Amino acid sequence: MTAPSQHATVYTETVVHMAPEQFTADAPYQMAIVTLEDESRRTVRIAGERVHIGDAVEFVEDRNGIPFFRKKA
Amino acid sequence: MKAVAVIGIGKTAFGAFPDRDLRSLAVEAGQKCLADANVSASQVEAFYLGNFAGPSFVGQNHLAPYVASGIGITDVPCTRFEAACASSGSAFFHAVSSVAAGIYDLVLVGGVEKMTSQSTPKVTEILAGAGDCSGEVRVGATFPALFAMIARRHMHQFGTTREQMAAVAVKNHANGAKNPLAHMRKVISMEQALAGKLVSEPLTVYDCSLISDGAAAVMIAPLERAHEFTNKPVKVLGIAQTSDSVALDSKEDITTFRAVRMAGEKAYRMAGVTASDIEFAELHDCFTIAEIIATEDLEFVPKGQGGRYALEGRTCLKGERPVNASGGLKAKGHPVGATGVGQICDVVTQIRGEAGELQVARHSLGLAENLGGSGATAVVTILGAA
Repeated sequence: MTAPSQHATVYTETVVHMAPEQFTADAPYQMAIVTLEDESRRTVRIAGERVHIGDAVEFVEDRNGIPFFRKKA
Repeated sequence: MKAVAVIGIGKTAFGAFPDRDLRSLAVEAGQKCLADANVSASQVEAFYLGNFAGPSFVGQNHLAPYVASGIGITDVPCTRFEAACASSGSAFFHAVSSVAAGIYDLVLVGGVEKMTSQSTPKVTEILAGAGDCSGEVRVGATFPALFAMIARRHMHQFGTTREQMAAVAVKNHANGAKNPLAHMRKVISMEQALAGKLVSEPLTVYDCSLISDGAAAVMIAPLERAHEFTNKPVKVLGIAQTSDSVALDSKEDITTFRAVRMAGEKAYRMAGVTASDIEFAELHDCFTIAEIIATEDLEFVPKGQGGRYALEGRTCLKGERPVNASGGLKAKGHPVGATGVGQICDVVTQIRGEAGELQVARHSLGLAENLGGSGATAVVTILGAA
C-alpha cells in the first residue's frame, strides 16, 4: 500500500457503535471513505472532531496499519 | 439450452435454535424438498450447497457431502458454493446452468447457515470477512458500517430520509409477523423503527437484518420432465449471476450496485420481460437501504426514487408491486447461506398460490434478487407459472 495522500475529501462516513470483536474497545468510532487528491478512494478512520460528507480532511498518522485522518483546520 | 423448472421446495423455520446443528437444519430442508418434489434421494444426480461460513461459525468444513449423506444422497457430485450472502443464489445459478446444459436432470440445491452459536461481536467479525480484509475491514468496517456509508451517500445525493428507510422495516416486519417460518414475528411502528439502538449511524437495529439459523432447498429439473414429478412446476424464465469488486471504496458510485443492475438486465432479457412486467419480488434487504437501492437497480423506479416508493406504500403486501411479502431478511431472518434459495422458495410459494395470509394479488411473474457482500456478487432470478 502506498503512503497516504495528505489531503482528502469525505465521500461518505459512519460512526460504528457495534464493532467487530477486535475493535470493541474502540467503539464508538468514526470511519469514512475519502477521495484523495488523485481521485482514488480509501477507507480510513477519523480522529478527533466528527466529519461530514464534503469536509476537507488531512492525514494524521498510521496506527497499527490503520490510516487516521482528521478534519482540516 | 433446456428450459428449467423448480419442482420442489423445502424450508426450515428461520430463527435462533440452540438445540439444532447445521447439518440437522440442512437435512430437514432437503428432506422436505424431496417430499415436495416426489423425488427420492437415490434419484438426485447432484447436490449444490450454498454456505457462507460454516467453517468459521461451527468449525465444520467439507459441508456438501456432510449434508448430502444426512439426506441420503451419496455417490454423486456434492459441492459447496461460497459467495458471501449470495452463496445459495450462486449455487442455484450454477445448478440451473448445469440442468439447462443437459448435464443433469435432477439437482437438489440447498442453502444453510448456523450463526447463533457465536456472540454478536464474533458474528460481526465473521461476516466482515465478506469484505476486503486488507482494506476496509482492517480499518474497522463491519457490514452495517459499509451499508451505513452507502445510506449516508444515498441520503446526500437523493434526499433519502430515515423515515423512508424505516418504512421498509415497518413493512417487512408487518409481513414477517404473518409468516409462520419467520424469525421475528413482531409488528413494529415507525416510531420504534426510528428510535432503535444505533448499530452504525444512521442505521439502527431496525435497519439491519437478523442473525439467524436456518436452511432452505429447491429441486430443479428440465421443464420437459417436470410433470413426471409435480402438477405445479415453476419455470425459471431468466437468471444471471454477475460480479464486481469486493471493496466498497473501489466502486465508483456506491449508491447503486452495478452487479445487480447487470444481473437484472441480463435476467430481464433472458426472460423476455421488462421491469414493469414483474408482479412481486423478494429483494435482498440485508439493510433497509439495500431494498431501496434494489428497487432502483432493478428499474422498478427511477434512480433516487426508491425511498419515496417505499414510504408511499407501493411495495406493501397490498401495494402495486409487493416487495418481500415473506418479511424479507429483515423479519424472516438472514441465515446467510440459506437466503438465496430461501428467496426462490418464497417466490415459488407465491406463484403456486400457497402463501396464505401473505398471498400477493398478482402472482404469475416474480423476481428474486440475492446480493453478496457490498455488491461483489449478485444473482437475479425471474420465475413464472409453467
